[in-house]
Amino acid sequence: MQKSLNIDSAKCTGCLQCEMACSYEHTGAFNPSKSFIKVFTFHDEGRFAPYTCTQCEEAWCQRVCPVDAISIDLSTGAKVISDDKCVGCKVCTIACPFGTVNYSQDIGKAVKCDLCSGDPKCAAACPTDAITYVDADWTGYLKMLTSAAKSLHSVEVTT
Amino acid sequence: MQHIIIGAGPAGVVAAETIRKYDPEASITIIGDEPEPPYSRMAIPYYLIKNIDESGSYLRDSVDHYRILNIELVQMRVDQVDAANKKVKLADGNVRSYDKLLIAIGSRPVNPPIPGIDLPQVHSCWTLKDARSIDELALPGVNVVLIGAGFIGCIIMEALVRRGINLSVIETGNRMVPRMLNEKAGGLLKKWCLDKCIDVRTSCSVQSVTSTENGLKVSLSDGDELPAALVIIATGVKSNLKILEGSGIEVDKGIIVNNQMQTSDSDIYAAGDVAQGMDFSTGKYEVQAIQTTATDHGRIAGMNMVGKATAHHGTVNMNVLDTMGLISCSFGLWMGIEGGEQAELYSPDQYQYVNLQFNDHCLIGASCIGKTQHIGVLRGLIESKIKLGVWRQRLIGNTNLIMEAYMACTQDLGYSQ
Repeated sequence: MQKSLNIDSAKCTGCLQCEMACSYEHTGAFNPSKSFIKVFTFHDEGRFAPYTCTQCEEAWCQRVCPVDAISIDLSTGAKVISDDKCVGCKVCTIACPFGTVNYSQDIGKAVKCDLCSGDPKCAAACPTDAITYVDADWTGYLKMLTSAAKSLHSVEVTT
Repeated sequence: MQHIIIGAGPAGVVAAETIRKYDPEASITIIGDEPEPPYSRMAIPYYLIKNIDESGSYLRDSVDHYRILNIELVQMRVDQVDAANKKVKLADGNVRSYDKLLIAIGSRPVNPPIPGIDLPQVHSCWTLKDARSIDELALPGVNVVLIGAGFIGCIIMEALVRRGINLSVIETGNRMVPRMLNEKAGGLLKKWCLDKCIDVRTSCSVQSVTSTENGLKVSLSDGDELPAALVIIATGVKSNLKILEGSGIEVDKGIIVNNQMQTSDSDIYAAGDVAQGMDFSTGKYEVQAIQTTATDHGRIAGMNMVGKATAHHGTVNMNVLDTMGLISCSFGLWMGIEGGEQAELYSPDQYQYVNLQFNDHCLIGASCIGKTQHIGVLRGLIESKIKLGVWRQRLIGNTNLIMEAYMACTQDLGYSQ
């Protein structure tokens, strides 16, 4: 069974270990600003919420790519950007309605969560199990994905 | 079922793939008039700086892709659509019959009416053929005049400068990318280019291009005369409508399509730059000529052609632009509406600009400069018409909270918005 990231933001303490682990895995440096997962802070509510690509079915990023640089990793279901093919046009970064594909000026390419080929370092680094990598089921993560998708329900109406 | 798709750009290719996904038996033919495999015009700037070779611009990784999907590729110009007899006439005299036809023939550059615009060293930057010509002429040290600082002009600017040429950019509008950025943001972009020693002239037009012993001479409305080895025209594009003459299909600026991408002939669909479809923000029918719209159109057309009735609620106009390393983007009604409210962040010294436009409790448009993180969520906020509640005021106070606003309004974070 395919797995997915399960994010339970109520458990997040805002320690940013996930951002450290992600940036190290993908750039070789401990630099949260380069992380593909991002912890957002809700000051007024005193809450933290990690957020990254949901590997959504719609795959807006993949469909819009003009040079076929985004493919699906069949083992994880992740939408993965090929650095070799990406020309850095950034169209995927405006097409993704969840804001989870970003442009890296360091490498001149688009970057996004690739689920670390099935061993997500953010989940491994999370000390409170706010981020876990579990069988894709009716998880909190999937609820998040569904609610995000629901917010775009009007995109298409099948008549 | 015989599906014919005229045009081998993103709209046509996505439509063909969509048809195949839902109908393994359908016969699908893409007819394109360019000699290369289906490629992406958007990749041309990266070809000009040799980041990719020609094959790097191909829409799909390999030509095998079409063979595997059993999509026939035909390289030929289509001269006429005979809607009454459900046939298309090809330039080589062949006639192909269709059950469902998709017209996705895109747009072509518009040449301004300037004397000398037909000279051989004057090129558009639209096709791979154009790119090869520019590649031959834009050699290190030569003078190049770029006419137009719109979307295409700005996007090829960096490619030209990185080739080591001396560039002058002439724009008739009062600012750069006037159809994507307001005066403040457009002004910031110009300042950025001038700081990089690019001769950008706004509110200025080219009067004539003449041939001299030492190359071209470009005469400007400000009185200057610029020598040039190459002149590039980037003054906008126009839908290709010629093959529709006499077809009876309703056209305006583009081919008029309903929200299922169907033209006035129910067996003929149109998608991409040639289609005048519904704009999400205005509800009006407009030609958008952008990649995101082309692929959305292609998919919706494909689904309807295969009998899966699918309507869309219009496409959001959006653009992202990299001008010499300064990234700008715009979404929806970036210019706002009468009686609407706006939030603005303007830090010219840092080359930062964010402008959010609201109608009541919804975000309806946005434009940014110098922002690369999470900008897609602006599309999400606009297209899902999320009621922002308290977050509208928070965004007006701090335009950087776009992700927080989206998350708080769409997800169960354990508290009410």
